[in-house]
Amino acid sequence: MDHLDQLEAQSVFILREAYRKLRPLAMLWSLGKDSNVMVWLAKKAFLGRVPFPVMHVDTGKKFPEMYAFRDEYAKKWDLELLLGTCPPVEEMDPSLPPAARSAARKTAGLAAMIEKHQLQGVIAGIRRDEQGTRAKERVFSPRGASHKWDIRNQPPEFWDQYATPHEEGMHIRVHPLLSWREIDIWRYIEREGIPLVDLYFAKDGKRYRSLGDQDITNPVESNAATVAEVIAELETTRTSERAGRAMDHESEDAFERLRVAGYL
Amino acid sequence: MSQSLISSQDAATPIVIVGHVDHGKSTLIGRLLHDTDNLQEGKVAQIIESSKKRGLKIEWSFLLDSLQIERDQGVTVDSTRIPFLLGGREFVIVDAPGHRQFLRNMITGAADAEAAVLVVDAAEGAREQTRRHAMLLHLIGIRHVIVLLNKVDLLDFDQKKIEAVEQSVSELLGKLDLEAALFVPASARDGDNIAARSDRMPWYKGPTLTEALAQVPSPASRANLPLRLPVQDVYRFNDKRYVAGRIERGRVRVGDTVIIGTQKTPARIASIESWHTAPQVSAVAGQSIAVTLEPDVIPDRGDLLHLPEAPPVEASRIRTRLFWLRQEPLRVGESFKLRLATAEHAVTVTSIDSVLNLEDLTEQPGEEVPAEGFAEITLSAAENVQFDPFVPGTADGRGVLVDRQQRIVGGAPLIEAATIAAGEKVIHPSASTVTLQDRERAKGHRGGVFWLTGLSGAGKSTLARGAEAALFASGLDVTVLDGDTLRSGLCKDLGFSEADRTENVRRAAEVARILRDAGEIVLVALISPLQSDRALARQVIGDGFAEIFVDADLTTCEQRDPKGLYAAARSGKITGFTGIDAPYEAPQSPALHLKTSSGTAESVVKTLAAFVKDATTLSSVTQVRS
Ligand SMILES: Nc1nc2c(ncn2[C@@H]2O[C@H](COP(=O)(O)OP(=O)(O)O)[C@@H](O)[C@H]2O)c(=O)[nH]1
Ligand SMILES: [Mg+2]
Repeated sequence: MDHLDQLEAQSVFILREAYRKLRPLAMLWSLGKDSNVMVWLAKKAFLGRVPFPVMHVDTGKKFPEMYAFRDEYAKKWDLELLLGTCPPVEEMDPSLPPAARSAARKTAGLAAMIEKHQLQGVIAGIRRDEQGTRAKERVFSPRGASHKWDIRNQPPEFWDQYATPHEEGMHIRVHPLLSWREIDIWRYIEREGIPLVDLYFAKDGKRYRSLGDQDITNPVESNAATVAEVIAELETTRTSERAGRAMDHESEDAFERLRVAGYL
Repeated sequence: MSQSLISSQDAATPIVIVGHVDHGKSTLIGRLLHDTDNLQEGKVAQIIESSKKRGLKIEWSFLLDSLQIERDQGVTVDSTRIPFLLGGREFVIVDAPGHRQFLRNMITGAADAEAAVLVVDAAEGAREQTRRHAMLLHLIGIRHVIVLLNKVDLLDFDQKKIEAVEQSVSELLGKLDLEAALFVPASARDGDNIAARSDRMPWYKGPTLTEALAQVPSPASRANLPLRLPVQDVYRFNDKRYVAGRIERGRVRVGDTVIIGTQKTPARIASIESWHTAPQVSAVAGQSIAVTLEPDVIPDRGDLLHLPEAPPVEASRIRTRLFWLRQEPLRVGESFKLRLATAEHAVTVTSIDSVLNLEDLTEQPGEEVPAEGFAEITLSAAENVQFDPFVPGTADGRGVLVDRQQRIVGGAPLIEAATIAAGEKVIHPSASTVTLQDRERAKGHRGGVFWLTGLSGAGKSTLARGAEAALFASGLDVTVLDGDTLRSGLCKDLGFSEADRTENVRRAAEVARILRDAGEIVLVALISPLQSDRALARQVIGDGFAEIFVDADLTTCEQRDPKGLYAAARSGKITGFTGIDAPYEAPQSPALHLKTSSGTAESVVKTLAAFVKDATTLSSVTQVRS
């Protein structure tokens, strides 16, 4: 087994645990590269199908290409798609810096979906290598009734034994991609031929490395126009993936505050 | 040196960094990443800025200590994993916090490591957490341990002093059956012997830390061991049944006959199914697969598939090592779920065979396992358990203990089937399949034990009965265990000696626990004068125990004297009466303090009822789930 085989086997194991232990269960599908890989892994785990709904919590500010991609692949992959909306930015914590405040809308939209569908498990495609606070996450991360992430009090997690919900109103965030790195994602996309929205590939010397809302995500300088070229580029780059995400840079603690409150 | 950040396509080797708090783990990792050119652009500038903000020069530990509390308090709170590339080989560095209460975070980071770097402050020597971490490394079977003697700048790089520290650490590890692969004297802060050879220790001829890491062996393959495939789930899609699971050892081929679990049903592997891969006829350890069986039997989750000629051990009593993660000590008689791969068995702790003394590293028989302690215990299950004894380097026989709240409270590397000693009381309590959550949902509230302690005549029974009526009227399932009621029946064989009083408390606590486990709210009204007895009750009951002090001064109680007992005690007709000729030890920090010397009983009843109600209310989002 090579490295990608091992990552795949581990993610399949995690997804099967989630499906066995957490009902109702749903997967967040943000339409980006990581969540496409996640849908793909679910199809691997469940022999070609995704036996639970996928959710798109729509900020209404995604790129038009992303909406087109969503509608096309929801059909092709035979997904049960749940759509959620986000409250206006005026309702968000005004003490957050502007981009973080805008991102907080998604937390609120997600909370509403969890409530509405009474979810016990939410599968999300975050990775440890993206950001310092994500590096501290568990594969199964319990959230109390307020959806808060209690960083100081995370449960032990070892030998592939994961937390289960033990109180009414709590849910578990499941992170099957936690151990994957950005380059692993791309190599897997290449190996499996997983479709992606075009924005990841260079046009006029620029491409998106990470896709968030249109107004708070910036493209990077790049000439990588194919998956292979992106991989070659990543093999030598020294900047971080989320460099184009405004909210990560506004203040040292902005992202942590978002995550503690329930952001992904 | 300049290299790309990402290269190898092999799996990364996880290396955990452990050691006592402040011995320099985070600093070491920051330095290591920096000196080996493994940092992303802008990181160093970010660290310098964050350090300046807190009035520090440059704090390498901020690289990993990314949480605000970690930076503000200068300690690592939770473990992190960061990929790290060294000469084309990929590692994952796991930073584990050294604070005592954070052992559960350390195990989270360390459990699957191939090797460990044990950081010891050379000026300070091994400390409590050094010993605890070393013990944990031993228990989870990490055999390649590199000891980094850090901060040797504080010893002026003196060879004699450094070798003396090496000697003492080496002796310590020896007591734990752990042998260090290497000792590397270093200064993490300054980078000596980390990625580059120190010119301040010309006498040292051994490898630098990076050279030592490069020598860490790759994990041995588990593919050639006898097959173990624990069933994770069984699916039925489009009229076809799939048995899903991850192979823990060995390999499986289409056409193999396998034996299923303790029921020992044989079946043939009819096919290995997958999506978007080439057709498969065999699979090996590490792969998550789905198979179809012929005949189409339906195994349960947890059943172990194995080959007929190489079965696992089967026993209902198991000896195991234990690292205990709960804050309250473990006692004999407690029941848990033992999770073993995907299986789950109800077990009871039938004996604590030895407990490790962390001061002198000796093993002694003990009554309880303290918080974050290490022990050997015996577990009894209600049914037979199939397992392979834990051997370092394999994933078998690694159990965890889970409590009623579904929390992981301990790790249990299994040793062997236990034999039954002559004259031993063998008990196999059965476990309920009705969960705590089921009961809470049905009753609409939590169970709990409210332990009212106080002098005779302080008002325990009055308050308990008053609150019982009020709570029952608002729909709660509540009952009172009153001292006098117990003594007229269950405890009628007991007198008032200290031993009998303790036994009285123990019985009351056991009954309260049974009722609480059934989801009831229990108000116990019992003088229970001794601190130690109430501590015993708290231990028996565990979660959901609240101590309530019903506080009236002796003079008031003696004036009330509703049962004429004070008068009898004063005149010597009865002896050993609490407050007169037997002590009453008031609670130090009760969950609720009710003063009953003045004021009306009704208002105190209200306070008590409100407190109980609040403590047993389910969280606000409590709709019934599907
Ligand atoms: N003199 C000296 N101090 C060091 C060295 N390495 C770390 N320190 C200091 O020791 C303190 C604790 O370090 P830290 O990395 O946070 O320890 P941790 O708790 O083990 O992660 C910090 O103030 C470091 O600057 C060293 O090699 N020499
Ligand atoms: Mg630290």
